[in-house]
Amino acid sequence: MTSSTVTPPAGRVTAPRRRRADDVAGLGKARAGLFVAPALIIIGIFLLFPAVWTVWLGMTDYRLTGLQAASPEFVGLENYTEALTDPAFWNSLWLTLIFVVASGIVGQTLIGFGLAWSVRNITGWVKALIEGLVLAAWVIPASVASFLWLALLDRRTGTVNALLGTEGAAWLIDHPMEAIILFNIWVGTAFSMQLFSSALSAVPPSQIESAKMVGASGWQQLRDVIVPNIKGHILTNTLLITLWTFNTFTPYLVTAGGPNGKTEILSVYIYETAIPGGQLGLGAAISLIMLLINLVIALGYVRVAQGRRKR
Amino acid sequence: MTATPAKTGPVTSVARNRTVRQYVARVLFAVLMTLVGVLFALPMVWLVLAPFDATPTLSLEWPDWTLDNFARLAENPYALRSIGNSLILGVGTMVIVVGLGALAAYAMSRIRIPGRDGILYALLLLSSIVTGTAAMVPTFQIITQLGLINNYVGVLLVLAGGILPTVIFILKDFMDSIPKSYEESARLYGAGPFRILRDVVAPIARPGLAFISIWTIVQVWGNFLVPFILLRSPDLQPAAVLMYTFYTESGQADLRLISTFALLFSAPVLIIYFVVNRRYGFRFHGGIKS
Amino acid sequence: MAGITATQLVKEYPGGVRGVDEVDVEIRDGEFFALLGPSGCGKTTLLRSIAGLEAITSGSLVIGDRDVTNAEPGVRGVAMVFQDYALFPHMDVGDNIAYPLRIKRVKRDERRGTAAKVADGLSLQGLIERRPGQLSGGQQQRVALARAVATRPDVLLLDEPLSNLDARLRLEARTFLKELQRDLGVTTVFVTHDQAEALALADRIAVMRAGKLQQIGTPREVFQRPNNTFVAGFIGSNPMNLLPAQVRESRLAVGDATVSLPPGTEQLVREGQDVVWGIRPEYVRWVTAEEAGAIPAEVSVVENLGASVLIVVNAGDRKLQVAVPEDQEPAPGDRGWIVPQLSKTLLFDAETTERIG
Repeated sequence: MTSSTVTPPAGRVTAPRRRRADDVAGLGKARAGLFVAPALIIIGIFLLFPAVWTVWLGMTDYRLTGLQAASPEFVGLENYTEALTDPAFWNSLWLTLIFVVASGIVGQTLIGFGLAWSVRNITGWVKALIEGLVLAAWVIPASVASFLWLALLDRRTGTVNALLGTEGAAWLIDHPMEAIILFNIWVGTAFSMQLFSSALSAVPPSQIESAKMVGASGWQQLRDVIVPNIKGHILTNTLLITLWTFNTFTPYLVTAGGPNGKTEILSVYIYETAIPGGQLGLGAAISLIMLLINLVIALGYVRVAQGRRKR
Repeated sequence: MTATPAKTGPVTSVARNRTVRQYVARVLFAVLMTLVGVLFALPMVWLVLAPFDATPTLSLEWPDWTLDNFARLAENPYALRSIGNSLILGVGTMVIVVGLGALAAYAMSRIRIPGRDGILYALLLLSSIVTGTAAMVPTFQIITQLGLINNYVGVLLVLAGGILPTVIFILKDFMDSIPKSYEESARLYGAGPFRILRDVVAPIARPGLAFISIWTIVQVWGNFLVPFILLRSPDLQPAAVLMYTFYTESGQADLRLISTFALLFSAPVLIIYFVVNRRYGFRFHGGIKS
Repeated sequence: MAGITATQLVKEYPGGVRGVDEVDVEIRDGEFFALLGPSGCGKTTLLRSIAGLEAITSGSLVIGDRDVTNAEPGVRGVAMVFQDYALFPHMDVGDNIAYPLRIKRVKRDERRGTAAKVADGLSLQGLIERRPGQLSGGQQQRVALARAVATRPDVLLLDEPLSNLDARLRLEARTFLKELQRDLGVTTVFVTHDQAEALALADRIAVMRAGKLQQIGTPREVFQRPNNTFVAGFIGSNPMNLLPAQVRESRLAVGDATVSLPPGTEQLVREGQDVVWGIRPEYVRWVTAEEAGAIPAEVSVVENLGASVLIVVNAGDRKLQVAVPEDQEPAPGDRGWIVPQLSKTLLFDAETTERIG
């Protein structure tokens, strides 16, 4: 166009972006509400309500059997004072912390990354085998996985004792915490491995090659190129693994919290208190503490995820 | 650089030092990862071999091949029934979750409900916070009050409540990706909302629905805690609970039965995983357990 | 068959933005009618309002002799081909074409038969069993057309019918569409942002901008006598030269030069009025010898268009585009004269941008 051509007069309306009607099937708000309602009702009763109910339940002396089962009484914060002054609770919390840090944050993350790193450049059956084994451990039902570990660590005829020549070593009694930590690493590493595999494949090869060309060692490449590139994935991984490890009940199937409560992580502690122990009120009080910790972890995750989307 | 031969003393030695160090590091790393690999392999190999051994022990050994164990398992009344129970729970949850989830996801995808996205994220957050372990006490208490202990309805509803938010989230994403012109086109020819849902939306959404169905069944198949808490009678227990009962309550464990049962119970999810993995990749693993 | 009458039609979105703003249009029975305008001008919204896919905020819409302002889309007797064709991927070509008949509860054998006949008419023989994903773009378009005409609709709506085809196929499809529309005689409304497409296909064109109608007319009318500077600039493959000018002593001062007023406008302007002088590049000659009414100019840019050449010349402090036959191509820097064809010049009011005369 030429410079002196008349431009359209002032007051030109910038045309609205074409918007499309949402309700393309002619559903209508009422019918849409009908579609959404059944799902929301089930979620409301069996997911939202239990969480809210925990608050009330935790302030009663509700029991599974006996007088308090029929007419529970309001006891205020008594359950909380009882829980918070009970050394067994603090012991359980401490065990949970060790369990989450050692098996989740350190074990699964490091081994998952190591596996993803070592299979990233190989193809063919070796890669398929390693990935297949790790993923199979994750996919098989928890009660099968725990039996496999009971067999592996068995005192008399377990494979570990046979291989190490330590017949009679009672791993589950002498080193119960180490056992469930290793067990949980075995079960859960697949997620980290897969997450890091896809993260590593998204690192631009040109960046790694640039680092190689200036003579960076493998360690330097990892530190300067790869870790900065997959920082978001590391955070996501850590938070999800923390949440899941914190909530897992599967170690119960291996050690049942024993021996002598040495592996009584929080989930097992709640179960033992509330269901076999029958103290539903106290169990609910501890559950609420667990829910609040979950909330903190999940909100941390939401913040990280939002931060990444903004970038 | 000059044209003189590059093979002067110091240059080669630097290169050699470097390769040696790299080589050692690589070998060490390989050894470490092999050890990890062995750790992962040992239990798995037992799972695969023991069922075919005439006299299985807890340790790993070359089997005395036989298929008798499977015949014996078929005679055990609890074993097969529990697999059937798992199937009932899996399929039942799937029907509830996919049916209701698809309706809700479709409505949320196509109608501007106020605060829709907020509700969706809140639900997802809720489902990751209110886990089976954290909510087992109130859940147990509510199901007791409803008189649904030792009843599949209770188990199905609790499982469905936990899974539905994720299902709605994934399906809504899927429905959003279906072009609206399909539905508009059908509507122009006079098709009503239900007609459109049946003729157009459901067939086009089929891959997403299939994915979610399989995902749900896998989730429920291995779930231990919910049926463990809510079911009492051995007749009703799914395989996940029976497996546990087998090795904790039967005194001297019958390894022939347990090993065979473990393999039979694990096989469906393993097969589903290896088939589905090829089609959906990481997305499937990402949600397979949570 | 039916005509379409829209009266004071308004489509307002939440938030008060008007996609269609008080549009009056009457489309005649059997007419091939184009809605033309830049993207976001409301042409597709108008089309979708006719289809019933957008609820009309106010005004009325009559198709045939029925007021369908608030009618469901399915009862309006309209069919539509969507820009992405919206062929159902899970049905084969036959079922796609027969789908509207299935809604109308026609028996399976009968509707497959009708579908096959329609498909034959659109040269889709042998493709009945294919899935849409296995067809080329041109074939997909014809299937979509077949589905639309299978029910013998009163009105056929086409949303950017040629935009998803590659350039070579587009010409072919254009001819095909025109023939089909003539054979069926169905009232057809199509949306396009391509003025050449509208000029080539339509019996009449409605030019829209920002939700408002700018002009309705035959291709010749909108090309030769645009209502305002917007239409003048939008229609034509080379935009019209639009130059600010002033009326002086019954002549027009355009920069340093003066030209005669366009015929018929002498009584409509007053001395000293600011106007816009319009002339299409095709109606300006480039000459190397001075003649009556010629304006001296210098060539600055030469663009080859194949059979012709578009040159940009500086005439005093004004720039103009001139279309020159290929054998008269000048070189940049050449000096000469430009001669506007007086009868083709137009005058617009500088303030309202409306045409004078």
